Amino acid sequence: MAEVTYLEALRQGLWEEMERDPRVFILGEDVGAYGGAFKVTDGFAKQFGEERVIDTPISEAAIVGAAAGAAHMGMRPVAEMQFIDFISCAYDMLTNYVATARYRAGLATPMVVRGPCGGYVRGGPFHSQNPEAAFFHTPGLKIVYPATARDAKGLIKASIRDDDPVIYLEHKWLYRRIKEQLPEGEDLLTPIGEARLAREGKDLSIVTYGATVWKALEAAEQLAKDDGLSVEVLDLRTLLPMDDAAIMRTVEKTNKVLIVHEDTRTGGVAGEIAARINEQAFAWLDGPIMRVTAHDVPLPYAPTLEDFVLPQTDDIVKAARWLAAY
Amino acid sequence: MPSRAAPTTQSPPVPAGLTRDQLLDMYRYLRLTRTLEERLVALYRQSKVIGGLFRSLGQEGESVASAYALDRGRNRDVLSPLIRNLGSMLVMGAQPIQILRQYMAKAESPTRGRELNVHFNDLERGYLGQISHLGDMVPVMAGIALTFKLRGEPRVGLVYIGDGATSTGTFHEGLNFAAVQRVPLVVIVEYNRWAYSTPPEKQFAVKDLAEKAKGYGVPGVTVDGNDVLAVYEATRFAAERARGGHGVHVIEVKTYRRTGHAEHDDQHYVPKDELDWWAKQNDPVDRYVKRLLQSEWVEERELQAIDERTRAEIDQATDACIDEPLPPGDSALEGVYANPPALTPHWYRTL
Repeated sequence: MAEVTYLEALRQGLWEEMERDPRVFILGEDVGAYGGAFKVTDGFAKQFGEERVIDTPISEAAIVGAAAGAAHMGMRPVAEMQFIDFISCAYDMLTNYVATARYRAGLATPMVVRGPCGGYVRGGPFHSQNPEAAFFHTPGLKIVYPATARDAKGLIKASIRDDDPVIYLEHKWLYRRIKEQLPEGEDLLTPIGEARLAREGKDLSIVTYGATVWKALEAAEQLAKDDGLSVEVLDLRTLLPMDDAAIMRTVEKTNKVLIVHEDTRTGGVAGEIAARINEQAFAWLDGPIMRVTAHDVPLPYAPTLEDFVLPQTDDIVKAARWLAAY
Repeated sequence: MPSRAAPTTQSPPVPAGLTRDQLLDMYRYLRLTRTLEERLVALYRQSKVIGGLFRSLGQEGESVASAYALDRGRNRDVLSPLIRNLGSMLVMGAQPIQILRQYMAKAESPTRGRELNVHFNDLERGYLGQISHLGDMVPVMAGIALTFKLRGEPRVGLVYIGDGATSTGTFHEGLNFAAVQRVPLVVIVEYNRWAYSTPPEKQFAVKDLAEKAKGYGVPGVTVDGNDVLAVYEATRFAAERARGGHGVHVIEVKTYRRTGHAEHDDQHYVPKDELDWWAKQNDPVDRYVKRLLQSEWVEERELQAIDERTRAEIDQATDACIDEPLPPGDSALEGVYANPPALTPHWYRTL
C-alpha cells in the first residue's frame, strides 16, 4: 500500500494502461514534453515516446475528431482538454460525430476525453466549469466523475477499456487535496455505471458526485455531531449511465433526498435525478426532493463571489437540517 | 504498377500508367454513378425515397477518378465521401443495392434505417461516411491517417471537402493538425460553384481554394475537375507522395454542381446559360468518352456494352430491394452503446 493523491492515482491509471495496451495513446495541448498543465502526463513522453504522447495545436475539435478517427481504426486514444472548459470547442465533434457513430453507422469509437473541472480554486468563468449537463443529454456518450483517488485510477482504466466514448471528468480541487492508500500491483478497476455508498446513514440521503462528495461527507459528520442525524452519502461516480438502483436503494432506506452538485442548477443533473426518483420511488418519499447546487451564474473570480455562488459545506448542513425536520 | 496498355492501333499511349481495362473500369464507375442516380430520381418521384435526394451530376468525374487513384488492394486506403461523391464509394466497393436501400430506409440498409443517403461506411472496403456537419470529417480523417502513421502502415486517407465547407472551423483545425503531424492525407477540395445557394464570392476571398494550402504549409494544386485523367493523375501523385511519408496534399478540383442542392431545390439562383454550358460543353462523362474514343483507346461498342450491363445491374438491384420492409420500430433502441445492446422502451409503451 502506498499513499497517493487523486492526481497521482489518475496518472498511475493512465501509465498502467499505456504499458498494458499499445493501442492506447494520448493527445492534447502541452501533454508531451511539458507533461500537461497540471502534470498529469509528466514523464509520459520520455517513457512512451512522442508518437504516443502527442502535443497538438490549440484545436479541441481536431483533437477529439482525430481521436475518433483513430478509435475507428482500433486505437484507444485518450484526449486531454487542458481545462475542461474548452471541451465546448469540441461540442459538435463529440455530440454529433462521436456520440452517434455506433448508432448511425455501427462504428466503434472507444476513446476517452478527459480534463480538469470544477471550481473552489479562484479560476474564474473559464477555468472552473463543470460541463456534465451539456453532455448528459447526449445518447451515446458515457460520463464518469471520480471523487476519490481509488476511483480516479479505477475509472480512467475502465474508461480506456470501455468500447464506447467516455468523458472522464476530474476535479482539479481534488488533485492534490485527496490522498488515499492504494494497493500496489493490483489491477484496480471501477466499473462504469456503479455508484458508491460513501457513508451509511438512516435519516436522510445525499446524492452527489465529484468534489461535493467531500463537502457532503463533511456536512454529514457535522450533522451527526451537532444534531445526532444519521446521513447517508451516495457518490454517483458515473453520471451516464446513471445507477438508478443505487439511488432508489438509498431513497427506500432514508425516505428523504438532498441532491448536491457543484454545477449550476437549471438543466443540471440534479433535476434528472429528482425526476427519476419521482418516477421510480415516489411512494417511498417522506419529503420533497431538494437541491443544493451552484447559483445560475457564470462562475466569478473574486473569492467572496465564488464562495457565494458555489455550494458550501454549511449550505449542505442547513439544507439537510431543513429536510430532516420536514 | 499495372502495365502500360499496348496500343492496338496508332493510338496515343494511355496516360498515367493506366491499362485499357482500367480506363474501361473507370468508365463503368462513371456510368454506374450516373445510372444509379437517375434511378434514384425516378424512385424519388415515386415517393420511394423517404428523405431528400442529393445528386452528383457533373461531379462524377472527380469522384470516380480520385478514388480510383487510391490503393484498393493490400494496403487499402480509406476515403471519406460527401453527398456528391457517390462515385468514390462505388469505386471503393459500395454496392448499388446498399445505396438504394439507404435512400429507401430499408431494414437491410447498411445503417438499418438510421441514416440517410450515402451516410454509411465500410472501413474494410475503405470508406467512412460523412455526417451532415460539414468539415467534421477532416479531423476524423486526420485521425485515421495518424493511425496509419503510428502503425507504420503504407496507407493513405483521402477526404473530400466542398468549397463552402472550407469556411468551417473543423476544416481549418483538421487540416492544420494533419499538416503539423505530417499524416498521409489527401484533401480534395471541390469547387463546384455553389454551397446550397451561396456563390464563392460570399464564401471566401481567395480566387483558387488551392491557395489556402499555403497557409498550412502543404502543397496545393488546382485541377480541372471534369477531366477524369487529370484528376486521376493529380490524386495518384498526391497519394503516393503521402504514402512516401511526405504528408498532406491539397487538390482543388474545379467542377460544377449541375443540380440543386437536393432534388427539391429548383436552382432559380443559377444562371441558365451557365448551367447549359456545363451540361453541353463540360460534362465529365462526355469528355471522358470523347477522349477514350478519339485516342482510340477503346471502342464505342465496349462502352455501349458497359452501359447495358450497368442498366441491367441497377434494374436487378432495384427489383431486389424495392419491396423490402422498413426496420421494425423497436429496433431503434438497439446499438446506442456496445453494452447494453438495447435500451428498454418507456413505461407507457407497456401499458
